[in-house]
Amino acid sequence: MRKYLHVIGIGIQNTLVYRVNFLFRAAFGLIPLAGTLYVWRTIYASKSNGSQVGQYSLAGMISYYLMVNVVDSLTAVAEDDWQIAADIKDGNISQFLLKPLDYLSYRFCLYLAGRAIYTTVAILPVAVFTVYLREYFVLPDHFEALVMFIVSVGLAAMLQFFIAYSVALLAFWILDVSTLIFIQFAFEYLASGHLFPLDILPPTLAGVLRLTPYPYLTYFPVAVYLGRVTGHELWTGLAIQTFWVLVGYAGARWIWSRGIRRYSAAGG
Amino acid sequence: MKILRRYFELYASLWRNSVTREMQFKTNFILWIVVELLWFGLQIAFMTVLFSHTESIGGWSRWQVILLVGTSNFIQQIFTALFLTNLSEISELIRTGKLDFMLLLPVNTRFLVSFRKVDLSSYINASFAVAVMVYAGSRLGIHPGWREILGFSVMALAGLTIHYSLMFLLSSIAFWTVRAQGVVYGYYNLFNIARLPEGAFPQGAFRRVFTFILPMLLVSNVPTKVLAGMAQSPWDLALMLGMSLGCFLVSELFWRLSLRQYTSASS
Repeated sequence: MRKYLHVIGIGIQNTLVYRVNFLFRAAFGLIPLAGTLYVWRTIYASKSNGSQVGQYSLAGMISYYLMVNVVDSLTAVAEDDWQIAADIKDGNISQFLLKPLDYLSYRFCLYLAGRAIYTTVAILPVAVFTVYLREYFVLPDHFEALVMFIVSVGLAAMLQFFIAYSVALLAFWILDVSTLIFIQFAFEYLASGHLFPLDILPPTLAGVLRLTPYPYLTYFPVAVYLGRVTGHELWTGLAIQTFWVLVGYAGARWIWSRGIRRYSAAGG
Repeated sequence: MKILRRYFELYASLWRNSVTREMQFKTNFILWIVVELLWFGLQIAFMTVLFSHTESIGGWSRWQVILLVGTSNFIQQIFTALFLTNLSEISELIRTGKLDFMLLLPVNTRFLVSFRKVDLSSYINASFAVAVMVYAGSRLGIHPGWREILGFSVMALAGLTIHYSLMFLLSSIAFWTVRAQGVVYGYYNLFNIARLPEGAFPQGAFRRVFTFILPMLLVSNVPTKVLAGMAQSPWDLALMLGMSLGCFLVSELFWRLSLRQYTSASS
């Protein structure tokens, strides 16, 4: 365990180099968010007063997007998938096969370190933006919702990591996985609820998406925060989320064991 | 005239190089088109979902907005085809000192740096954007004549110039700091603003910034309105032409200023 804490330490030091980059990314990322919020505000303004889209009031909708932004800062995969693919392509993983270090755990530690730094840097622009919109920002009704939100974000982070890790491991078979990473990301962007809350979609479509793991990356934690899932539904949701985390873990392990058999240490 | 011909021939040979390079990786070539198609589809899906809950956004109807999304994607793809790879590589050229080599060639360095590689798949993506525009246009029942087409082309060219100049300006920051790469990728976020209908933005700081400083709310909105024959003051057209000229001049000034203090990376 101690060696992995050490990895986290190194990861933090390494990513600190990118803090200015992270700040730019977090600040620039607010521009399209602001654009989307303006569009929603215009839509609400054209309706009669107090009207709703799906079950969202204007404040509910704006809070949804702000919380998506928060969950994204906490869980998004930044460079990890590219680095993993590059490690395989360049033969760098050979050294991990010799060391008493598990590659998955190693990468997970680096991912955690990266997220810790990114979140710390992103707090400033995101907080300024949220304070600016404070009249539209709702806090959770109960303390319980906040606790469950944190649990759910933790599970989402693991799921996010396993998905990215598995896609990156396809580099064992394919020379350039960047297209696959972008294709996966496109589906994730829509089905995780990044673009809009999934429950404003037609029920059939939302139902289909709910069968995939994607809603548990973003939509579900945010819905927990906003108090849209409670009681029995909340526990079922967390159980399904845990189920997907386990599937993700098993899948990642399985792809690794298949891939390592094909690995020929190019250039290593 | 002779100079123009020389540069035209030069660009033709850059084209040939790019074709040869891209055809080495055919599967990848097709996969990148799939990626772009998916993201284009996402933009349309987003607008479709919005319009399942409303009749109009700031005075724009559903098919007007789809036409706008098509136009903005069209301009963005042409920009990608011509410039994106080249501009994002500028910081690398500076960091490695490869720029020295280009400064020595007997051609305009800005031309070479801007047009070095052609991204062929983006031309194919641009044709998908045109298909969406044609469909949206037919749903709107518009029949643009040569005047609208000409006006659209001029305005789209002005939009392209704005994108190019601003990103070139951002890339030139690499002369001053090695960290410019993040800034260049940040530009992608601005494309997101360019595909939203300007009617959605109330008068205020946000709208002013994205009209008069980073004119994203002009880039595809103005050409779309010309094409669809939507009401618009002649001032908008003049403003857009003025802004594109202004952006280009500022980027040229900054480029010269940066080159003057360039000391090369090696030796």
